[in-house]
Amino acid sequence: MPVATMLGREIHVDEEGFLTDPSEWDEELAKQLATNIGLELTDRHFEAIRFAREDQAAQGETPTLRRMQTVGGFPTKELFGLFPKKPAKKLSYVAGLQKPVGCV
Amino acid sequence: MTATDTVPVPSFDDADETGRKLVIICSKGSLDMAYPGLVLANAALGEGIETHIFFTFWGFEIINTKTMGDLKFVAMGNPATHMPNAVMGLPGMTALSTKMMRKQIADLDIPEIPEFLDLIHASGGHLWACRMSADMMKLTEDDLYEGVEGIISATDFMELSEGAQTLFI
Repeated sequence: MPVATMLGREIHVDEEGFLTDPSEWDEELAKQLATNIGLELTDRHFEAIRFAREDQAAQGETPTLRRMQTVGGFPTKELFGLFPKKPAKKLSYVAGLQKPVGCV
Repeated sequence: MTATDTVPVPSFDDADETGRKLVIICSKGSLDMAYPGLVLANAALGEGIETHIFFTFWGFEIINTKTMGDLKFVAMGNPATHMPNAVMGLPGMTALSTKMMRKQIADLDIPEIPEFLDLIHASGGHLWACRMSADMMKLTEDDLYEGVEGIISATDFMELSEGAQTLFI
């Protein structure tokens, strides 16, 4: 597994660049990860990110878009706006989580 | 800030750049045959792929507001259920097998058909209905799920599917 250096810290990531240890994440790092993929984070982005991280910590897996909507209250359409084209993957990446594994 | 050029960054190439486009033809009206198209469409949309679903013939069951919430699974004549037809043909068996399949789907936290269409619609998926099927079944747009963009002809379908990967289900 590669170790990336961001913000002067060593961050463990997988081959694609997703963090493998959510505990190495903080909101400063989220901003850096967002910059890496050409996103600028707003408060609303952070609300989605915080929910995704809390849900992952509780459930042991990254929430799918459907779960973001039904449990988190983030409408799918809005997530497509916040994280264009590939919301589930981009949200997971910026939140320091693995990609969701569910089909739906 | 440390240089990030050595940091692996996932490739979130926009499908616009790859030009990928997917068209799924849903032609079946049973519960088990409704899901494959919807699951794949949803996955494609999550990957930023332009996605269209064309509902034709029995596929109208999926978008007809009177039937979409009540699709059935028929086990009789389906060897993959490994159940004898003499048993699966008894009265009430379709209701029972439908109930069982619905439970299995719900246990996986997969939405029911109407909610699944909402999800696909909200994700930017395009839904189309077949003109000939609508005429045969005497249905209009008023009878169909509100997210259906239009009832279109085979010729219209040829135009919208130009350059697309096409799946017939």
